[in-house]
Amino acid sequence: MKKRSNAPFFWLMFGAGGMLSALFGTALVLITGLATPLGIGLHSDFMAYPRVLAFAQNFIGKGFVFVVITLFAWHAAHRIFHSLHDVGIHNGTVAKLLCYGSAFVMTCVAAYSLLCIGF
Amino acid sequence: MAEPTRMIEIQMLRYRPEQESEPIWQSYQVPFTEDMSVLQGLQYIKDDIDGTLSFRWSCRMAICGSCGMMINRKPSLSCQTFLRDLLPGPVKVEALDHLPIERDLVVSVEPFVKKLEGIKPYIIPKEERALSEGEYLQTPAQLEKIEQFSSCINCMLCYAACPQFGLNPDFTGPGVLALLHRYNADSRDGGREQRMEILNAEEGVWSCTAVGYCSEVCPKGVDPANAVNQNKVNSALDYFIRFLPNSQSKKGA
Amino acid sequence: MQSKTTGNGVRRNPPHPPYVRPMAGWWARNPFFVRYMVREVTAVAVWVYALVLSCGVLRLSQGEAAWNGWLSAMQSRASIVLHLVLLLGMVLHVHSWFEIMPKTMAPIIVGGERVSAQRIQRTGWTVAVVVTVAVLLLAVWSQS
Repeated sequence: MKKRSNAPFFWLMFGAGGMLSALFGTALVLITGLATPLGIGLHSDFMAYPRVLAFAQNFIGKGFVFVVITLFAWHAAHRIFHSLHDVGIHNGTVAKLLCYGSAFVMTCVAAYSLLCIGF
Repeated sequence: MAEPTRMIEIQMLRYRPEQESEPIWQSYQVPFTEDMSVLQGLQYIKDDIDGTLSFRWSCRMAICGSCGMMINRKPSLSCQTFLRDLLPGPVKVEALDHLPIERDLVVSVEPFVKKLEGIKPYIIPKEERALSEGEYLQTPAQLEKIEQFSSCINCMLCYAACPQFGLNPDFTGPGVLALLHRYNADSRDGGREQRMEILNAEEGVWSCTAVGYCSEVCPKGVDPANAVNQNKVNSALDYFIRFLPNSQSKKGA
Repeated sequence: MQSKTTGNGVRRNPPHPPYVRPMAGWWARNPFFVRYMVREVTAVAVWVYALVLSCGVLRLSQGEAAWNGWLSAMQSRASIVLHLVLLLGMVLHVHSWFEIMPKTMAPIIVGGERVSAQRIQRTGWTVAVVVTVAVLLLAVWSQS
């Protein structure tokens, strides 16, 4: 009897994260990483503390930030893990721990921080 | 005045286990005409230059699936690849990638055949049916769901194309999974449950990373990449639905 | 000549195992595979960006001073260059994601005909562009 793979869970996370990052990734990188810091198209105080805090304290804003970080991280972890195999790095357990472990850590950091921020 | 015979260089990866421990390249000058296929070039070499060359072929018309090989690094049927399209040459010919070489261009096919046999590639009726009930009726739409996947000629070009198979020969692979899908998707078939174990295994659909080269090289338009990736959804559904109370699915191994 | 039957019933004369070619560097040998690797590597951009956001949200939870520290780090030249690379990665990801999407889907029949792969791809890219523009406009609008 062949052993059933547990891949489906990770694959669904990969798929959801891939779709989310395909739709929102470009805009988010532009806003947070380029437009705001350089003051192009957006004021450099677009991400000032009070504004961002309010966003993260808002139920929807909190959910959005959590889902983005979590799904981006799990999508990337899954793909990177398989890419390591593609280039000949086959040590399953260590690679799995590093890849999915990093996604797990990011998920926890996001959850913890967003809860600390409060409502 | 007769036209000078045009020549093309064919470089072949030779492997004769009794005389070399590793494959070596050998070069041949082959006269060719506009209508000659690479297969005909190989036949010229075997007939007129070097009779020791070994390769499989049969129908010469892209339906038997015997003459698959790497032509300029692309898995191709040599009967369907023409020397005129490969000018000025040289044409590099090797045995299909990812498969062990028995000799010259001949690869081991037994593992593939075993996998093919292992998926129950036949209609398993949903329920017992008497002859008197007549034939199964199938609408054009039902046929459409399976037709392309039934076109496979077992040429193994998709296995030569698939790097995941190259990295892990236990991967069931594109061709076999496409055939599995052909039967699961057939309106007459009731054997889905029996084939799920193969799909659900790590060496089933879950070794596929959607490279897609298999579908690119398939000479019959089977689109095995689509067959495999459609079944990721089916396998995932099977994975989660088995936890529902009335599920018929077998619990995992 | 002596012949020996191998495990799967093939007689070899004389017995030599079939030659297995090494896989190392497989992806560099074909432009199709190079494009595949580029597609897969975009995941690194997504991973790095998730990390950047994780740091950001952590700093946010640690108070205004910590947050401002993160903001000024985002203004550094290194961060700008990094985000230009991440932007390229994201764009490549969007393109390659929808490029492969038709392969992952069961056939969709609309009006008796199967929806073509090109239509699925173009729809995906269009939705991505629309959403991107919408988010950017929303950001600009929310400033006023």
